[in-house]
Amino acid sequence: MKKLAIAPALRDGLIEEMRRDKNVFCMGEDISIPGGWGGVFTVTLGLEEEFRDQLIDTPIAEAGSIGLGIGAALAGLRPVLDMQYSDFLFLAMDQIINHAAKLRYMSGGTLSVPLLIRAPVGATGRGAQHAQNMERFFTGVPGLKVLCPATAYDAKGLLKAAIRDDNPVVMFEHKLLYGSKGIGAATGEVDASSEIPDEDFIVPIGKGIIRRPGGDVTIVATLLMMHLALAAARELASQGIEAEVIDPRTLAPFDWPLLEQSVEKTSRLIIVEEGPKTGGWGAEVAASLGERMMECLTAPIQRVASPDIPVPFAPELENAYRPNVRQIIQAAESLVALG
Amino acid sequence: MPYSTADLLEFHRRMLLIRKVEERLSQLFLEGTIPGTLHQSLGQEAVAVGVCSALRETDVITSTHRPHGHALAKGVSLPSFIAELLGKSSGCCKGRGGSMHVGDITKGMLPSIAIVGGGIPIATGVALAFKRRREDHVAVSFSGDGSVAEGIFHEAVNMGAIWDLPVLYVIENNRYAASTHYSRNTKLEQLSGLSAAYGIPGVTIDGNDVLEVYETAQTAVERARAGQGPTIIEAMTYRITGHNRRDPCNYMPEDERDQALEQEPVKRFEEVLLRDGHAEASLLAAMQTELESEIEAVIETALAAPAPDPEEAFRYVYAEPVES
Ligand SMILES: Cc1ncc(C[n+]2csc(CCOP(=O)(O)OP(=O)(O)O)c2C)c(N)n1
Ligand SMILES: [Mg+2]
Repeated sequence: MKKLAIAPALRDGLIEEMRRDKNVFCMGEDISIPGGWGGVFTVTLGLEEEFRDQLIDTPIAEAGSIGLGIGAALAGLRPVLDMQYSDFLFLAMDQIINHAAKLRYMSGGTLSVPLLIRAPVGATGRGAQHAQNMERFFTGVPGLKVLCPATAYDAKGLLKAAIRDDNPVVMFEHKLLYGSKGIGAATGEVDASSEIPDEDFIVPIGKGIIRRPGGDVTIVATLLMMHLALAAARELASQGIEAEVIDPRTLAPFDWPLLEQSVEKTSRLIIVEEGPKTGGWGAEVAASLGERMMECLTAPIQRVASPDIPVPFAPELENAYRPNVRQIIQAAESLVALG
Repeated sequence: MPYSTADLLEFHRRMLLIRKVEERLSQLFLEGTIPGTLHQSLGQEAVAVGVCSALRETDVITSTHRPHGHALAKGVSLPSFIAELLGKSSGCCKGRGGSMHVGDITKGMLPSIAIVGGGIPIATGVALAFKRRREDHVAVSFSGDGSVAEGIFHEAVNMGAIWDLPVLYVIENNRYAASTHYSRNTKLEQLSGLSAAYGIPGVTIDGNDVLEVYETAQTAVERARAGQGPTIIEAMTYRITGHNRRDPCNYMPEDERDQALEQEPVKRFEEVLLRDGHAEASLLAAMQTELESEIEAVIETALAAPAPDPEEAFRYVYAEPVES
């Protein structure tokens, strides 16, 4: 066992998978330039010596690189694409949605696209174009899997599962959870490090986890918001409200049984999401749960999410954009007060 | 081209303003006064000043994640520029934009665009509007050497070319896209060679020589205003600082950096001014002191300005309905 932050845990995961299978390779901008950064958040730092043949530095060409990744995946390789900032996925939407996600179906099951795209999300003082939470745009796309690890253990385990998966997978990583050192370090980081086992392990795609058990209210949250939900739960406990925090870990496929069992027990649900409230993944969770479990609920489902605005730059505005612990506590109190 | 001493000193003053502002900004950033990140134009001042000096206020530019030089050279006011970087409501984007998105359309600069290549079609579209409305303005797209690898570069420049739009594609080749040397991103010796693919003129110039930049831009602007279409200008320069404020630049060979420092445009132009007798050292020193105290005063005012009110976070998402 050793304790690692997300960035080094991902690095270890890549090392193990690239050693295990020479078809695995990483591709992205600035990932293995000598004297460089090992990617913007240092995940591939220092890998170029052992894996020179398995690391490709690309020009700034997101649509092209992901398209090439799809082709390479169809032809038997297992590419891992690094997106620097998830906002740049918009440049490659055609390749991801029209091609990667659909080729298996369109080919009547004769082809598969074992492609992993790693994409950092979250508002970190960089304004509107380097800050978005892109999960919403990918969760409703049949053929794609969407991962959101909130801890180092999950990051490594899900990365390895995704590399071995025969489907296109997008893994969203939160910039404030990396725990990167040096140039990749972000101010305001939250400790997401975990004890990582020495032996090979994966975290199965589609399996959520109960981060904290509780009987009064269910809070479902991913990435940074999961950590805020845990902080809120601790404070709520001091007021006698026991919150159960569910981390779905993957948004597509979604672990419905885990959430349903929790809501059966608590009869109250709060969804916490960084990103505009309208049209977020939280809307899908609320609609599905409402459809299936209306009779279990003693109060309306609550969403704590960002306002429907682009991510603003000024810290005062960005703080108003990012959901906070106080809002989660208030949502829980108001649900419990309804009886 | 004959220049008056006053002209030459004005070129110098504009470059020095950018240099001094950038130097002060890096201190403010390291102190934690500027939030977020900072991509600076130190060493690239001559491109911004040379090109923008060939433009009118009504001409429009688009810029990138590295926009400070372009903004100051195009005439975005120093107080509103500094306030924006500090996230203040008095900023040119009311604190919504930040370092990577500065701009002021009343000065002919769109909010800069931090998606590599994103501004190239937008500048082309602005030029399309100028042409359709028979206005003799031009649009200028500033982008880096990294931007030519994006597909959108091709789509945009091709349309600019086939419709003879009044637009300049200024590629600031500072040798690096983030940590990646441009020779890793292209098989071409020079990026101006791309112009052959579009059937338009393309030139490579010394982007650290402010007069060469100015004269090249003037020729391209005249061509554009005359309805003869776009030009690609590759301005060779060097980023004498990190990609962002935290970058130690270990991927840059030391001799290359040393050489670049010798070629940097502000010092070079200063030497020309002294050598040719356009100014005494004392005059240049006085100019610098004056700029420095102007910058200090602006920073002081900006620091005291209020942050945007979070209650106002929803403003400007949509155009406000016009009262009829
Ligand atoms: C579409 C897109 N991809 C990647 C990035 C991340 N990024 C920001 S600046 C940069 C390098 C840009 O290099 P260049 O175009 O040469 O401009 P310079 O930084 O040298 O001014 C990269 C890769 C981005 N902002 N947008
Ligand atoms: Mg560059």
